[in-house]
Amino acid sequence: MTSVDTLESSFPVAAPVGQPWYRRILRQKLAFIGLLVVILFLTVALFAPWIAALDPNATHWDAIRHAPDRMYWFGADELGRDVYARVIWGARASLLAGITSVSIALLFGVPIGMAAGLVGGWVDLLIARITDAFLACPFLILAIALAAFLGPSLTNAMIAIGISATPIFVRLTRAQVLQVKVEDYIEAARSVGNSPWRIAWRHVLPNIVAPLLVQSSLAIASAVIAEASLSFLGLGQQPPAPSWGSMLNTAKDYLDQAPWMAIFPGMSIFFLVLAFNLVGDGLRDLFDPRSRS
Amino acid sequence: MQRELLRRLASIIPTLFCVSILIFGLQQLLPGDPAVMLAGEDRDPSVIAYLHQKLHLDQPVAVRYLYWIAGVAHGDLGESVRTQEPVLQLILQKLPVTIELAFLAMAIAIAIGIPAGVLAALSKDGPWDLFANALALWGLSTPNFWLGIMMILLFSVHLGWLPASGYVSPLEDLRANLAAMIMPAFVLGNAIAAVLMRHTRSAMLQVLNADYVRTARAKGLPPWTVIVHHALRNALTPVITLGALEFGTLLSGSVLTEQVFSIPGFGKLVVDAVFNRDYAVIQGVVLFTASAYVLLNLLADIAYLLLNPRLRS
Repeated sequence: MTSVDTLESSFPVAAPVGQPWYRRILRQKLAFIGLLVVILFLTVALFAPWIAALDPNATHWDAIRHAPDRMYWFGADELGRDVYARVIWGARASLLAGITSVSIALLFGVPIGMAAGLVGGWVDLLIARITDAFLACPFLILAIALAAFLGPSLTNAMIAIGISATPIFVRLTRAQVLQVKVEDYIEAARSVGNSPWRIAWRHVLPNIVAPLLVQSSLAIASAVIAEASLSFLGLGQQPPAPSWGSMLNTAKDYLDQAPWMAIFPGMSIFFLVLAFNLVGDGLRDLFDPRSRS
Repeated sequence: MQRELLRRLASIIPTLFCVSILIFGLQQLLPGDPAVMLAGEDRDPSVIAYLHQKLHLDQPVAVRYLYWIAGVAHGDLGESVRTQEPVLQLILQKLPVTIELAFLAMAIAIAIGIPAGVLAALSKDGPWDLFANALALWGLSTPNFWLGIMMILLFSVHLGWLPASGYVSPLEDLRANLAAMIMPAFVLGNAIAAVLMRHTRSAMLQVLNADYVRTARAKGLPPWTVIVHHALRNALTPVITLGALEFGTLLSGSVLTEQVFSIPGFGKLVVDAVFNRDYAVIQGVVLFTASAYVLLNLLADIAYLLLNPRLRS
């Protein structure tokens, strides 16, 4: 995961104004390409039944480990299943896991981080210690342990990844809140009698969205790799449902006979993760021009 | 500085306490009777009864935690359901292999990441900078288990240069050991090289604009001396401490890398425990890793204090 310290120290508290956001993102060429790739993968995942002509789980005994050709674009696997169809359907599992687990992390991380930053005192201290404890466990090892104890399934893998990613959002939100809460407009909002809830919801939250957006994009990239890793270990999507990680796990036993079984799912993970990383880097440059140097 | 050291030392106690609660809490996630789940697939009634007694499952959760933490304090991390061996013994048996892998990976990461970061900073916005940034993006976006599989495909299946899997102790045959470890070490070092490159580049860009570097240049020192002795030496201080923080990445990465290359280390222990539902081993491994990470963070803090003269005073 991206170092949260870097984000904490470098972010301004509000997004710059001026040109509309879409014009500014168009100027970030790499981020724009990344965004297009993300949209492409989202489209593929949404329209999988129409894009993949063959059933991803249908076995064709005459096509076992069939090399890529006009019928099987990405070849066939050890059971004669179409690798292209499985890669297309696998995009669903990866994107679902990436987006859902980061949503879980945001859902818990942002309110907890805001409570730590706004309430302070023993609440802040307690949250800081619990966050430290979570961060002490390496991200993937914690996700593996949680998934192992919860039981193997895609839902549990998403929960495990979401819980493991939450502490980063807690820390980032807390750090941003500490910067924002001393601003004059917060003082003004307080002086006209706004309740603490209203100040948090209407005045603090909108001003910390930018770094959260950047971190979310980078966290989705990490979550996609984590889901693939858990599926590779048999803790994520369960067979025969297609997942890029589990496809790679099977592929490693057939490397000399059917290398295409490993090449295409791996490339899909790489391009999706690269795209989210590019979007994250671009957003960071967009919201904080200082980070460009 | 002594006060600062003591303060940092004291700060790890509550963190370790929270870590212990978190890891003890993992057991509570098991659906139904933990003893039944912990007994493995055989679910032998005698094992279940033994686990009930050993884990004090008839006691309240708080009392169970106290029993558990007292055992941990005495080095008792539980027993493997599969092999009946103490978990700590299993971890200590497997650890040297992973430590060797981690050291080799870190050496590769340093050899790639730091020169690439320096070159990128020196040719800011130039072709080297672009190349190094592309390298960093590649490192951060490639799943290491896929990179491992692709390297096996190229170097073992097609070229036949390196063994695809297995492990030979360096004490038995150093050459065979290095041949078996070079691919996994590269796979593991790849992502860390990307992080080191980015940090070195950013630290070098800051330092290259510092007054003392300008002074060194004005004195007429050769450019290489200014870069290595004045700029890089100061830029490396935060990068060195980053090495300790990357320990978590190394351990996480080793889980999958050791699985791909069939290396009998710490990572393989975790995966085997997951496959065998050996929950005591999983719990022990997370506790061991988290404690080691907290201690390494502390050492990184101390190293930073010692290396930075401004903080020392």
